[in-house]
Amino acid sequence: MTGPLFPEPGTPGLIGANPSFSDLLRGARAEALPATEGMRAEGLTAHGTTVLGLKFEGGVIVAGDRRATAGYEIADDRMQKVFEADTYSAIAISGAAGQAVEIVKLFQVELEHYEKVTGDRLSLEGKANRLAQMIRENFPLALQGLIVVPLFGGFDERRDEGRLFRYDATGGRWEDEEFHATGSGGRGAKGTLKKEWRPGLSRDEAIRLAVDALLDAAEEDVATGGPSLSRGIFPTVRVITAGGVEEVAEDELRAAVEAVEGERR
Amino acid sequence: MSFQPYVPPEQLMKDRSEYARKGIARGKSVVALEYVEGVLFLAENPSATLHKISEIYDRIAFAGVGKYSEFEDLRIAGVRLADTRGYAYGREDVKAKTVANAYSQALSSIFTQQMKPYEVEILVAEIAEGGTATEMYHLLFDGSVNDVHGSVGIGGHAEELTQHLDDAFREGWPLDEAVRAAVTALSAVEGRSVEADQIEAAVLEHSRKGRRKFRRLTDDEVVGILAAS
Repeated sequence: MTGPLFPEPGTPGLIGANPSFSDLLRGARAEALPATEGMRAEGLTAHGTTVLGLKFEGGVIVAGDRRATAGYEIADDRMQKVFEADTYSAIAISGAAGQAVEIVKLFQVELEHYEKVTGDRLSLEGKANRLAQMIRENFPLALQGLIVVPLFGGFDERRDEGRLFRYDATGGRWEDEEFHATGSGGRGAKGTLKKEWRPGLSRDEAIRLAVDALLDAAEEDVATGGPSLSRGIFPTVRVITAGGVEEVAEDELRAAVEAVEGERR
Repeated sequence: MSFQPYVPPEQLMKDRSEYARKGIARGKSVVALEYVEGVLFLAENPSATLHKISEIYDRIAFAGVGKYSEFEDLRIAGVRLADTRGYAYGREDVKAKTVANAYSQALSSIFTQQMKPYEVEILVAEIAEGGTATEMYHLLFDGSVNDVHGSVGIGGHAEELTQHLDDAFREGWPLDEAVRAAVTALSAVEGRSVEADQIEAAVLEHSRKGRRKFRRLTDDEVVGILAAS
């Protein structure tokens, strides 16, 4: 195409349109990409803490607490760490908050761009792989302290089931058959999930278990924020089924928190 | 050294226009109609996968007629432009006007500078947020742009088609009436009945949930609407 209004894709010599948005952006507006290098950057951005995912009958749940910390300070008590990636998948992030949010934003456009250019939605496998590549691209920054560790859950339309993927800072990707939790409070949350998770959980049981595990994480870890009924702070929970991604409403979360806390009295 | 014979610019442009028009006339047409919920696009298209009508951005859609490889090229360029703009600035900053201007520039320079012009006509439409104002831009192979309202037909029999559509058009009509009017107009121009299973149709729909307002009508939906008449 002609002129700067129609940026060329970043892969010369290939036949066919490159459906990757991040490749396109690298050629057209590299400054808009998440940074991939810099000086030692630790401490420059807030840290998002505990996120988890678990499978249940009919799909997968991805959830996270709402706290971000900067050193010993609470940077934000209402932060969002769980995002809808597209209609059938959600991504949760822990680690350097600023960088993580940028990567999520890029990933969302990446998926939509692919869908529009090719006319097909990426398979869940394809989405999970693409995310691994994007985390790998962030590796130079991870070495400098800006680690981003996502958790990716989605509904696989071909296999007709929910699937859950975890990553490490190098872009390593593993599929979890049951559940996973990561971030500073991940260990606390995992303990609860390990004890309480069983195959064939219902949607409501799974939401309650996610809330339960996040509550335990908040008790074990200073950087994880617990829910606050008085201030109206609840974890973010997204449920992904064959019907798509659904954000669990505040009323339902309030009821789940009250039920879990009630059991503990 | 070879000498090229002198060709007057008028003649050159005339030849190119004629060439492009002939190419476009060989293909099938697309119509666009405003209706109560937004904009309907409808075309006769024997292929279920090689689309003439597509999504560009949240509230912006594209339709092309003529040579497939060429309007496909433009469609992808439009998606790239829109996604890059929306990412670098904000989603609401992506406008049909911007996309139409870019197409106009690109088509115009191709028309004047390249060996052969693109044999395409395209349509870019946008439904406004919340309101009822709809923008539609009709672009020709030489980059000229027309701002159109209500209804429009593009392709080989554009004028005749637009005439039929204008006669049938009613402000604020429902989707099913618009679909039937579009099919009637296409059939009239083609001089034969356009079959329901050969129709590609899509809408930009205000009431659609979420930020992406583009939706393809399924075959069953189109068959249902046409059977109800």
